[in-house]
Amino acid sequence: MIRAQLPVLQVVIPLLAGPVCLLLHHSRLSWGLATSASWVALFISLALLDQVLITGPISYELGGWAAPWGIEYRIDEINAFVLLIISGINAITISFARASIEHEVNEKRGHIVYTGWMLYLSGLLGIAITGDVFNVFVFLEISSLSSYLLISLNRDRRALTAAFRYLVMGTIGATFILIGIALLYMMTGTLNMADLAARILSVSDTRTVKIAFAFLTAGIGLKAAVFPMHFWLPNAYAYAPSAISALFAGTATKVAIYLLLRFFFTIYGVEFSFETMKLDRILLPLALAGIFVASTIAIFETDVKRMLGYSSIAQIGYMVLGVSLVSVTGVTAAILHLFNHALMKAALFLALGCVFFRVGSVTRGDLAGLGYAMPWTMGAFVLGGLSLVGIPLTVGFISKWYLIVAALDQQMWWLAVLVLISSLLALVYVWQVIEVAYFGTAGDRSVKIKEAPAALLIPTWILIIANIYFGIDTSLTVGVAGRAAQALLGTAS
Amino acid sequence: MQIFGLYNYWIVIILMMIGLYVVIASGNLIKKIVGLNIFQTSVFILYISIGKLQGGTAPILVEGVTSYSNPLPHVLILTAIVVGVATTALGLALAVRIYGAYDSIEEDEIQKQDATS
Repeated sequence: MIRAQLPVLQVVIPLLAGPVCLLLHHSRLSWGLATSASWVALFISLALLDQVLITGPISYELGGWAAPWGIEYRIDEINAFVLLIISGINAITISFARASIEHEVNEKRGHIVYTGWMLYLSGLLGIAITGDVFNVFVFLEISSLSSYLLISLNRDRRALTAAFRYLVMGTIGATFILIGIALLYMMTGTLNMADLAARILSVSDTRTVKIAFAFLTAGIGLKAAVFPMHFWLPNAYAYAPSAISALFAGTATKVAIYLLLRFFFTIYGVEFSFETMKLDRILLPLALAGIFVASTIAIFETDVKRMLGYSSIAQIGYMVLGVSLVSVTGVTAAILHLFNHALMKAALFLALGCVFFRVGSVTRGDLAGLGYAMPWTMGAFVLGGLSLVGIPLTVGFISKWYLIVAALDQQMWWLAVLVLISSLLALVYVWQVIEVAYFGTAGDRSVKIKEAPAALLIPTWILIIANIYFGIDTSLTVGVAGRAAQALLGTAS
Repeated sequence: MQIFGLYNYWIVIILMMIGLYVVIASGNLIKKIVGLNIFQTSVFILYISIGKLQGGTAPILVEGVTSYSNPLPHVLILTAIVVGVATTALGLALAVRIYGAYDSIEEDEIQKQDATS
């Protein structure tokens, strides 16, 4: 009975928890409620993934209205996997959040953080779960509006301007997507994704459908921070409170990449997107430019949080690169990297959250000598950093491996070489931090720095262990990503 | 003339360009929000135009009327209007907080203060 209602509960539980957090008006109580709601959401998404893997796609009719007219929640392998990524990263980061948020956000605003957090979560889960394109826009705006709020809650005043800039860019991106949806509706008269995919074939050579394609590409590209539409991202990540940065790094752009896959593979279809419109010829150079430019900027960035922000732009480049190869292995690599990058980047931001908790700054120079003062925190940072570079036995290696195999499959050996060279750039910027932390001489600090409390270290290390576990046992991640890629490319056997 | 018959779409395009231009060219945060609003409004008109049928009436069952306008885009755009109001409210609230923190809502002035601090 309750099992049949899981798809809607996935979204409704956090959506209701949000306003209740506001009414509770108490930081700790709100955190308790939000954390319980987050873990419930994680268990629901695990149950949904399990069900999808056994019985195939689930369709849920909202309010009992049948599909093309009513809103349908449709869950197949790829959204079940994205739901798991979002709710998993969210559950870990919110467990981390209590001490960190109390330290970084004005205590009178504590409950507002968790209100925004829950609305953000329900927005992201809604985007991933829904089978209706207009519903995508509504959930996109729910998550975006709450993310502007979450960034602006930091004490640093630069957070306000970062939030404002993100608001302007994010609204333009979402409105572009809205225009794309309008033009699609104009030609097909439907908003249901499966219905759209069936009807779009007969009108696919009209200019309206092609313009809609252009608007959707630009809008989703902005939301995903695909180079060169990434300018909002580094500041938004750098000036948000630490726990929020980790949350964004693990979830926000991932959902946009999911939308990219959904719109261009499921709705428009591979033939139209990549043979008629030749989207891959635009995405491939942009992905490579993003990887190299953003990695190079990251090397010269001294604020470690901003450095990780630029690194995120480069990592999004790898995902787009996988998509632009338009092969089962390439798309598998992209989906795998969604999961793997969420794990490594959230872990790194949580480690920086521990540093900020004790040191009060994350500028590279201020990390001097922390390798000995905070061994567990910096140990986590080192392992997360190695995963980012792609050292074997970490998840980063698995993503890069599949990406290189996909490139070699298409005889693009030069692409494989470029991926390897870009990993060296990642090694450079990660190493700079490690060097300062372990070999830099700590200046005269007035107080002795202690290790971060267990409440912060445990969530961080759970993610680090996940980084290593999924780097060794890849049966779950590669299996699901492979099945999702086959479903997207329509080659499911 | 086909081209003038579609004048509402021309208005959409003109408003959209004005809005985007204001967002990009203006350094004043309030003006940016105004530009964003104009941009969003153009999309509202686009949706409303899609639903309109020439000679069609409101979708209410009345005897003797056979052609109705499509109500769905109109309902959809109500949602988008609400989103637009929320975005404007949040943007203005941020502008107030920025004014409190920097004593200015001019982008170049704010950047100057960030660079020196």
